[in-house]
Amino acid sequence: MTCKKIILGLAMSVCVGLPALAEIDLSGSWASKNHEDGMERGPGPNPVDFAGLPLNDSGRAKALSFSQSIISEPERICWFQTQWHIAAGPFNLKIWNQTDPLTGKTVAWVIGGWETRAPMTIWMDGRPHPSKNAPHDQTGFTTGTWDGDVLTAVSTHMKTGYIRRDGAAMSDQATMTTTFLRHGDMLTVAAWVEDPVYLTEPYILTRSYVESPTLLDSAGPPCIPGDEGVEEGRVPHYLPGKNPFIDEMMKVYGIPREAALGGAETMYPAFRDKIKDKFVMPAKCKRNCGN
Amino acid sequence: MSKRSVRRLALFLAGSFIAQMGLYAQGRGGPPPTPQAAAPIDLTGYWVSVVTEDWRYRMVTPAPGDYFSVPMTPAAKKVADTWDPEKEEASGDRCKSYGAPAVLRVPEHLHITWQDDKTLRMDTDSGKQTRVFHFGDWKAPGGAPTLQGESVAEWQLQRTSGTPAPNAPKPAKDSLTGSLKVATSHFKAGFLRKNGVPYSENASIVEYYDLVKLPGGDPLMVVTVVTTDPQFLREPFIVSSHFKKQANDAGWNPTECSAKW
Repeated sequence: MTCKKIILGLAMSVCVGLPALAEIDLSGSWASKNHEDGMERGPGPNPVDFAGLPLNDSGRAKALSFSQSIISEPERICWFQTQWHIAAGPFNLKIWNQTDPLTGKTVAWVIGGWETRAPMTIWMDGRPHPSKNAPHDQTGFTTGTWDGDVLTAVSTHMKTGYIRRDGAAMSDQATMTTTFLRHGDMLTVAAWVEDPVYLTEPYILTRSYVESPTLLDSAGPPCIPGDEGVEEGRVPHYLPGKNPFIDEMMKVYGIPREAALGGAETMYPAFRDKIKDKFVMPAKCKRNCGN
Repeated sequence: MSKRSVRRLALFLAGSFIAQMGLYAQGRGGPPPTPQAAAPIDLTGYWVSVVTEDWRYRMVTPAPGDYFSVPMTPAAKKVADTWDPEKEEASGDRCKSYGAPAVLRVPEHLHITWQDDKTLRMDTDSGKQTRVFHFGDWKAPGGAPTLQGESVAEWQLQRTSGTPAPNAPKPAKDSLTGSLKVATSHFKAGFLRKNGVPYSENASIVEYYDLVKLPGGDPLMVVTVVTTDPQFLREPFIVSSHFKKQANDAGWNPTECSAKW
């Protein structure tokens, strides 16, 4: 046996013996299980339902100024959905990796787009985020790292978009972090937004997916601006104190205004004590009751 | 490459191989570490629910008949339609929405401790519930079903390939690598939601406990719960809840179960 063969054999023995603790394969078709926040992700939330959102005063003021008709403007039809739509929307995920043709190594993970959400490309090759002065768009710029078997992706350079589809927004200064937790044929995605402009704390959502044997194509029709009848020169909105839906949650669900207007304290158990005597449970579900 | 370099490389590789075999032999021959010692992630301590999802089903009591996004069977709907909060409150059994499949959806604080080196214990302040996760070859005692059922736990290092290999190195203390899997069955029938959405005694759950790091490095515990119930669910009901780590027991506020709040 030559010396080279001995070295090769030893090298292979060492490599084979090492337990694999690093990257796992996320690729495939993942069916979204919309068993939580089903209404918010599907037909859409109620107007002025900001409960559980860590809004600051600016965030609340912006959300209250929101009129749903604003997205009928040609300029804003495609404005609504940034990468946060992965967590807040109802859609399946199609994930694949891009490899370097020379080395075969993964240079990026890609989550296919859906309608108005562009694909998310998670760069894994160590490239830096662009300058803070670089242009922002809906897609943003995303890099990823593995911590053991958890993939963590950080997105920046997104335009202003919604965090809940009733007008609660994140600014273009927001950072979104998305973590991918795989358990065999299940995938849990935990994501949060930090926003120094509109939020006082990270806003966190966790979502569940099941691996699908059926190919779930991504994409869908691209968002195409069109005329939906908003006359030129008008920007639909509500002035401060004029939002007609301010007590919608009280009318429909008996939820007091202070809860509906959100804020970090509405995310925590102690807040229940504050509203216990103000909450009025409706006698019967009135709309969007499911099943 | 010079002969000297080749000799050095061969020596290094041989050393690595022998060291690995040693580790492997240790894994096979020595006593296995206890589940507590082998824990790849640290779940112990105080945690608080962060209720950003299903807010109006969790922070307040949903109206009778509000079943949105639960894949209920017709039989489940029939049962749920009879829910009456006053009758439930008067019945004396007010803990139906605090059973194993639902207890982590309750806005609450958790306290997780090692009861012994093979048993992880979780206490809740809301409803004063206790869950016990048994590792290893624990055998269920049998008897009547209980609210929290019987739970068997295992650590998973590679989520795609099951339990850790005997020679797998333990991850660093603050690593995210690893997950706790808990399978629970033999529990009493109860409610997935406070407003009477039922699960039956034939239900079972599988949970995955993971840690991720929030800005600043604080851990966030993410628990994915899969409830299977051939009687009352058309498909497995999957929800994930998240909890922030607390420095101490501040906010710990034990309260009794309530059937209508």
